[in-house]
Amino acid sequence: MADVATLRKASARQSAPSRVTTGRFGQKVRRNLSAYGFLVGAVLCFTFFSWYPIVREVILSFQKAVYGGGYTWAGWVNYDRIIHDPTFWLAWRNTLEFSLLALVIGYAVPFCVAILLNELRHARGYLRVLVYLPVMLPPASALLLFALFYNPQYGLFDDILHTLHLPTSQWVFQPGTGFISIAMISVVIASTWMNMGGATLIYLAALQNIPGELYEAAELDGAGLFKRIRHITIPQTRLILIMLLMLQVVATMQMFVESFVLTNGGGGVGDNTESVVMLMYQYAFQLSGSSNYNAASALGVMLMLVLAVFSGGFLWATRERRA
Amino acid sequence: MAVLSTASVRAAGPDGARRRRETTGSTRTLISSAQLNRRSGKIAYRIVLTLVIVVFTLVFIGPLYFLFSDGLKSTQEAIATPPTLYPHHIYPSTYVQAWDRVDMARLLWNTLYYAFGALAFQLVFDVTAAYALSKLRPFLGNAILFLMLATLMIPSTVLVIPQYVTMADEPLLHWNLIGSPEAIWLPSVANAFSIFLLKRFFDSIPTDYLDAASIDGASRLKILWRIVLPISRPIIGVVSIFALVAVWKDFLWPLLAEYGYSPTRESLSVGIWQAAYGATPQNLIIAASAMAAIPTIVFFLIFQRNIMAGLTAGGIRG
Repeated sequence: MADVATLRKASARQSAPSRVTTGRFGQKVRRNLSAYGFLVGAVLCFTFFSWYPIVREVILSFQKAVYGGGYTWAGWVNYDRIIHDPTFWLAWRNTLEFSLLALVIGYAVPFCVAILLNELRHARGYLRVLVYLPVMLPPASALLLFALFYNPQYGLFDDILHTLHLPTSQWVFQPGTGFISIAMISVVIASTWMNMGGATLIYLAALQNIPGELYEAAELDGAGLFKRIRHITIPQTRLILIMLLMLQVVATMQMFVESFVLTNGGGGVGDNTESVVMLMYQYAFQLSGSSNYNAASALGVMLMLVLAVFSGGFLWATRERRA
Repeated sequence: MAVLSTASVRAAGPDGARRRRETTGSTRTLISSAQLNRRSGKIAYRIVLTLVIVVFTLVFIGPLYFLFSDGLKSTQEAIATPPTLYPHHIYPSTYVQAWDRVDMARLLWNTLYYAFGALAFQLVFDVTAAYALSKLRPFLGNAILFLMLATLMIPSTVLVIPQYVTMADEPLLHWNLIGSPEAIWLPSVANAFSIFLLKRFFDSIPTDYLDAASIDGASRLKILWRIVLPISRPIIGVVSIFALVAVWKDFLWPLLAEYGYSPTRESLSVGIWQAAYGATPQNLIIAASAMAAIPTIVFFLIFQRNIMAGLTAGGIRG
């Protein structure tokens, strides 16, 4: 019978009495055959739905559609076309704005919440469930709910502002294309509410792994609360802070569903919440009635490159201290 | 690759708590127990605790309250200015109307069909692949694993366009899978993260077990079924939860792949978005959103321990 491990050990030592070569070869062939039999489903799925599309994206971005079907080479035409589209720059700026605002609002909040929850001795399970509950909702449910809250006529948020005698707002439909616009902040708030649970729980797990002795030593040295956070909590969770920072930027640069659902597929007033992925979607499926997969692919390649350069640069910049 | 192991996290929780109780007075977290046991500390702690519970309940349950109560309002009340904080007249029929008008039964069925189909495909293909890569170690196995893991570096939304084009006309086969459930099932198999989690777990299973079974004459399939799978129940649970939640929460891909058929093939998320995009009354949209949220909330409350443990097992990846 196939005794793989013994066989491998024997061949590794090269001292055990060898079987007939063809027998061992046969064993190896059979092991490989069955392994490939087990692998074939996943490898085919990866080929058709992951590896090939990656290559296809680059190919498509250098092609143009031919009347009657098929594609022909087109050089840099698609890239040339999209960088002359004014919405292109707007979409990049908006995406950057979303990422930065999400960092300002959404990055610090889960960490602070995790520190707070870690100090509490009661109701921890309840609070953890609360924080994570929105993450489980279907995004369309959560966002349609926020669309209701943001509604200028019958929304709750304007009602609260009105009751407090504060000026009301149009929220996501607030015009204005300044770099930090009310519309984008509204999108970020909804996004943070939906997504912060995951990061919070990861930070909580990290905080629980900090040895208590460190805090004790710091306290004996007279370090106050903020000094302890600054000099113990943050350095001890540094690796996870860095990792989640990178993952968050990569995720927020791909923002789509938040703005898409909140603005009803429109991209806000004057496209002020239009993101890169939304523009990609519109190139492919909406803009001017005819679909242009090539322009969309060119935009996709650009986003992929930007994120790759960012991730690579970020890992490089933080490499020494991570060891 | 920085991955927190589930086991260590789980062990740290109760263990840490026990240590805290045994050695009262020593600092476990940021603020020492001694400080908290002082009179002023106790009062401050009580105030903070109450505040946190109230604020968190308002922030996280508050919106859900409106999600469920607004669906009980009449159409006029739902768009009244100013909004009412609770339904003055309760119309449970709104839910019934929303169920019919948004075609919730079909959307729910579609989503369940997509989610459990994707789970089945992922379990069959990814478990066998991870087993082959971990225990059978074929020629070029590491290269295949590397190529799979490399796809984790590619941001997923960037690929939807070529995926759509490929799916509409599969190379060599010339199948058009757009609009079929396979358009959601098969790409979910190409999930490097599941394969990574499974393979890492299989690596920890001693080869002796498998050798012993092999000597007893068990085939490789039988070894996988009778020995590897029963041992791997925890990790398969984690992978299954990820698979179901991913399909349930996905929006962009089902929007591309299943949009605009009659009768509808959309998933819940896309379906209720489309209803909102059309001229459906506000109270029906919220009622539909609430109904779409119920299964995930129930699922979460049942499996919350596993879900949150799985998150720390798989949350960090790099």
